[in-house]
Amino acid sequence: MTGDPQSLSQRLATWARVKSPWVTVFNSGACNACDIEIIACLMPRFDVERFGILAKGSPRHADILIVTGAVTRKQASRLLRVWEQIPEPKYVIACGACGAGGGVFQGLYHVVGDVGTVIPVDMYVAGCPPRPDEIINAVVACLNLMKEDLAQGGKEWRRKAGDTDRKETTPGTVAKDVRV
Amino acid sequence: MAEVMVPIGPQHPALKEPVNFRIYVEGEKIVRLELDLSYNHRGIEKAAEERNFIRVLPLLERVCGICSHSHATAFVKGIEEIMGLEVPARGQYIRTIIAELERMHSHLLWLGVAAHEIGFNTLLMWTWRDREAVLDTLEEMSGNRVHYNMNEIGGVRLDLSEKQVEAAQQRLPVLEERIAQYVDMVSHQETMLLRFRGVGKLSKEEILKYGTVGPTARASGVDYDVRRDDPYLVYDEVPWNVVTDSSGDVYGRTKVRIGELSESLKIVRHCIENLPGGPIRVTSAPKAAPKGEILSRYEAPRGELAHFIRTNGTDKADRLDIRTPTLANWTSVAKALVNQNLADIPVIVAAIDPCLSCTSRMTVIDTGTMAQGSISWEELVRKCRARYGTEVQP
Ligand code: SF4
Repeated sequence: MTGDPQSLSQRLATWARVKSPWVTVFNSGACNACDIEIIACLMPRFDVERFGILAKGSPRHADILIVTGAVTRKQASRLLRVWEQIPEPKYVIACGACGAGGGVFQGLYHVVGDVGTVIPVDMYVAGCPPRPDEIINAVVACLNLMKEDLAQGGKEWRRKAGDTDRKETTPGTVAKDVRV
Repeated sequence: MAEVMVPIGPQHPALKEPVNFRIYVEGEKIVRLELDLSYNHRGIEKAAEERNFIRVLPLLERVCGICSHSHATAFVKGIEEIMGLEVPARGQYIRTIIAELERMHSHLLWLGVAAHEIGFNTLLMWTWRDREAVLDTLEEMSGNRVHYNMNEIGGVRLDLSEKQVEAAQQRLPVLEERIAQYVDMVSHQETMLLRFRGVGKLSKEEILKYGTVGPTARASGVDYDVRRDDPYLVYDEVPWNVVTDSSGDVYGRTKVRIGELSESLKIVRHCIENLPGGPIRVTSAPKAAPKGEILSRYEAPRGELAHFIRTNGTDKADRLDIRTPTLANWTSVAKALVNQNLADIPVIVAAIDPCLSCTSRMTVIDTGTMAQGSISWEELVRKCRARYGTEVQP
């Protein structure tokens, strides 16, 4: 997100990104249900491709990373690595109760915690699992966020006063020293 | 030619769940497979010991999102047997309906995934479209598309209303027609015949040797199904057949699963039409279970699921050990892959319908003395954190 947001090239990039966001799904220790609901989004009933939303295998092609599940200790460093591979501007959606707060897996011995403990999260989707329409709604809301961020010149404006020690400010502090 | 190692995963476009394969190949031929399944290990078995029978059920459903009802039913069935509870007939029927609907959604899901692995995406779209009809029925009955949470100790949580039964009955003929299409399709569809036949062959002896279960075993002529051989719920009252096949390859496994779809539909229809009246659960289930041990077996969509439960007179399980069908089936994959083409890996792996969220296990072994033993929750947490060097505040 460098350069003047009003320049022609930037406006073109934004237009393309918002018209057709590419999404990568990462399972960081989910129970599978969130994953199958995300796949259900791609299927005839919900069919997100008609909105231009495309599921991609490689994080290097992605605009949005959807993370399902609480983060297990073994997956934490992988999640961070996948997140680092996504080109800026990157957005993260944490899917389900697990992604937001650990869900039923909160406090289990092999679970680090929610997605926010490892990487900064832009959007949370409630539900266990969230319905496909809720997931689509989250992606669309994320696009609006993207537009807003561009107008504001970055993600800084979303940080509230006194929020300095929020998890977002120190991405990967947990996972950095995870040795596996 | 020298052996080359091809690493796949944990994050890989073809696999939705984290697993790491190290595949050794000579040219295009696979020599052997090494697996790392532990990415999704969360520690559910241990956590189940800390929660009482009411709180543990939502946790157990989340062992796996696809066969959630299987895990909850296997557990409550075991606890009920220890407590000596007689579940009312209506409750048992409702459990069976949900269980078979779950099998249908799982097999439709599998059929789509298998088709996707051979590039037959039209079938993927079709099966997932039909799967929505099953999910709609489940949602109407339980309130959720995937985690139904229908079970509780002594019966089920929700009753079926006239309206729900009617809506389900209306959907069944549509599903029946679609399933008939798949049955017909699998017999002559060129793509499926070419890519499934003769791929990933396993003989009956091999199946028995590696302890393979479920449709994978039945496709190699092992005539075994817990629903018939150790009946639970109401399977002994319902007319249905075990589907087997003798070809032993991916094609056979496809045929078995499609056959099971029609059988499940029959069971659901029978149960809905013969739904008995009366209560759906016992009026007052005891909170604590007496001391005892039980092995509760259940035919999950992927095969025989076993919950070993030891109770100690309190309202919590003393030990819970879950043997999931996918865990039992992985060895057969390693065997079936040998001498196959590199390009057939996805379809052979998919043929057991792998589900990885339930397969990661942990054993504590003292590497010095090779002693195994039990370990307390606190120690486990401490060791785990020391190993990974992380401290996370809950
Ligand atoms: S939020 Fe619920 S459905 Fe999603 S991964 Fe967690 S337990 Fe499974």
